[in-house]
Amino acid sequence: MSTPNSQLWEVFIRSRNGLAHKHVGSVHAADATLAMQAARDIYTRRGEGLSIWIVPSNSIVASDPADKDMMFEPSLSKPYRHPTFYEVPDEVGHM
Amino acid sequence: MAVASISVKETPLVLYALRRADDALILGHRLSEWCGHAPMLEEDMALANMALDLIGQSRELYSYAGKVEDAGNDEDRLAYLRDVRQYRNVLLVEQPNGDFAHTIIRQFLYSAFADLYWREMMSSSDATLAAIAAKSEKETAYHLRHSSEWVIRLGDGTDESNRRAQDALEDLWAFTGELFHVDDAERSLIAEGVVIDPERLRSAWTATINDVVQTATLMVPARDWMQKGGRSGNHSEHLGHLLSELQSLQRSFPGATW
Repeated sequence: MSTPNSQLWEVFIRSRNGLAHKHVGSVHAADATLAMQAARDIYTRRGEGLSIWIVPSNSIVASDPADKDMMFEPSLSKPYRHPTFYEVPDEVGHM
Repeated sequence: MAVASISVKETPLVLYALRRADDALILGHRLSEWCGHAPMLEEDMALANMALDLIGQSRELYSYAGKVEDAGNDEDRLAYLRDVRQYRNVLLVEQPNGDFAHTIIRQFLYSAFADLYWREMMSSSDATLAAIAAKSEKETAYHLRHSSEWVIRLGDGTDESNRRAQDALEDLWAFTGELFHVDDAERSLIAEGVVIDPERLRSAWTATINDVVQTATLMVPARDWMQKGGRSGNHSEHLGHLLSELQSLQRSFPGATW
């Protein structure tokens, strides 16, 4: 339930050192401090995180779903962009 | 009620552990009453999280009380089979949830004390109590931060939220003195270095309260008359109702599990 005084915040959590922060969901809160506490209370109850980022949802610039074909369709027909045509020497190991 | 209450041999250390366990269980139970009823989902989860922290603390303290007493009373028997007059919690934690401001002010007044208390208790000569203190302190530090932020926002919010927060402070203030109360049993443990004297936390507690209350544009009540009785089993009328709900299942169906 939202109230007139609360805005939406996006929550990103980094689960381990060396990994990137990953989007996990959103919370309602009146300000950044309460948003941080709400994120902690909702998204880190089972030891999920070592670090939290909070971003006001209205600061995120999102692609328009209506532009989906123009934005993403062209790349689907270009499989040669995937590096699957190279022989990787065994000595290289994991790339 | 099908099951009679147990009797507990309250040596100073058993009594001490029961008092602290009862504080945590009763406050945890009060917070759990908000589950599904909080003003917003985010706060519903926050209150339930704090409830679980406190109930976890009470379990460790009850287990230790049972071990020290060594009469076959485990954590469940101590929580479910003692009558209201056998409960040893401070009166503050059994006060009804009231509105959100009352719940937050009650949490703030208690956490400001408990955070200091457990931090000092980490140096207890009793290894079990020191370990319980170390775990509890981290949890309580967050409870203090969470409740402080809400006190500030309620006090420095709208006219109505300010009035409700001030009303809660006035209603609950007389129960804060008992946090610092010690009797002869506890004094003997203090002398042995097993527990700390809460009196030495008073100036730090007062400073925390003053700081947050002033930031919140609220007023610390001027009255210094304090109510007590919970530590020796003289409770307000609210605790009996709370216990009848908390204990009903185990009293009616002893040993029930699911």
